Amino acid sequence: MTFELFIFYLLTAIATISGLMMITIKNPVKAALWLILAFIATAGVWIMAQAEFLGLVLILVYVGALMVLFLFVVMMLDINISILKDGFTPYLPLGVMASIAIFSMMYLVVGPEHFGIEVTGEPMNNAANYNNTKSIAIPLYTTHVYAFVLAAVLLLLGIVAAISLTLRRRPTTEVLYQNVNKQVNTLAADRFRMVKMASVVEKDLPSKEEDEK
Amino acid sequence: MIALSDFLIFGAVLFMISMAGIFLNRKNVIVLLMSIELLLLAVNTNLVAFSHYLNDVTGQIFVFFILTVAAAEAAIGLAIVVLVFRKRKSINIDDLSSLKG
Repeated sequence: MTFELFIFYLLTAIATISGLMMITIKNPVKAALWLILAFIATAGVWIMAQAEFLGLVLILVYVGALMVLFLFVVMMLDINISILKDGFTPYLPLGVMASIAIFSMMYLVVGPEHFGIEVTGEPMNNAANYNNTKSIAIPLYTTHVYAFVLAAVLLLLGIVAAISLTLRRRPTTEVLYQNVNKQVNTLAADRFRMVKMASVVEKDLPSKEEDEK
Repeated sequence: MIALSDFLIFGAVLFMISMAGIFLNRKNVIVLLMSIELLLLAVNTNLVAFSHYLNDVTGQIFVFFILTVAAAEAAIGLAIVVLVFRKRKSINIDDLSSLKG
């Protein structure tokens, strides 16, 4: 076994084990953390397949943004963990059987018989000065530019949808809101009022010693 | 040398795990959303592997777009989960059967 193959099997083992832990663990926070480990290991696998840009994007966007969003939501929701996994075991045989059936069918199609190294031949290795980011960027900004713009619109739609779904106005009897318009348009005369009043003389208070007596 | 079938079987294993996760986690919507993320990751692994072996970056561009869609989907899905939790005080899927589907 070469060193490259050893690293590949190590990363795939980490990703598989953390995936299994993610679906079986009770606590959703821990499940999110195991999923982060699975993402990092898979990013390593992608980098071994010479997709360096996507491997780094997976770590930056998925681990750095998306999973942090998941963790925020999991921690904000006050979930009762004990009742979450009550219905776990009834579906276990069905789930295991269905996934094994899917996997065995996939293995028949994508196994070494059809896609082994003898069948496909060795892939072309890129030179040391090959720039993966540039070779993705050039078709992305030329051939696929409309799809790229559409992806940007989709992200904007995601922002608008997420904000408009979770925005809520509560009645002013519950919470007080800041009225920015009123704040900006206010004048100095509205803020400060001169009051004229007669002077008040302090009354003579009985002294402390008399009280104690 | 890593064979193409190794990458594809790795993708199939990830797919299998996340499918089992969707079967098992009937109580928790958040773990379901995470399983869907892992499902998309498995598909992306296949695209990256084919792109490497065919020496064609189009597969990687596809992965780029799938990552975009997955990010938008997760953001909206989590917003819906927050809404459901605010209304029902629970994210148990069995409680969400008012449509009798």
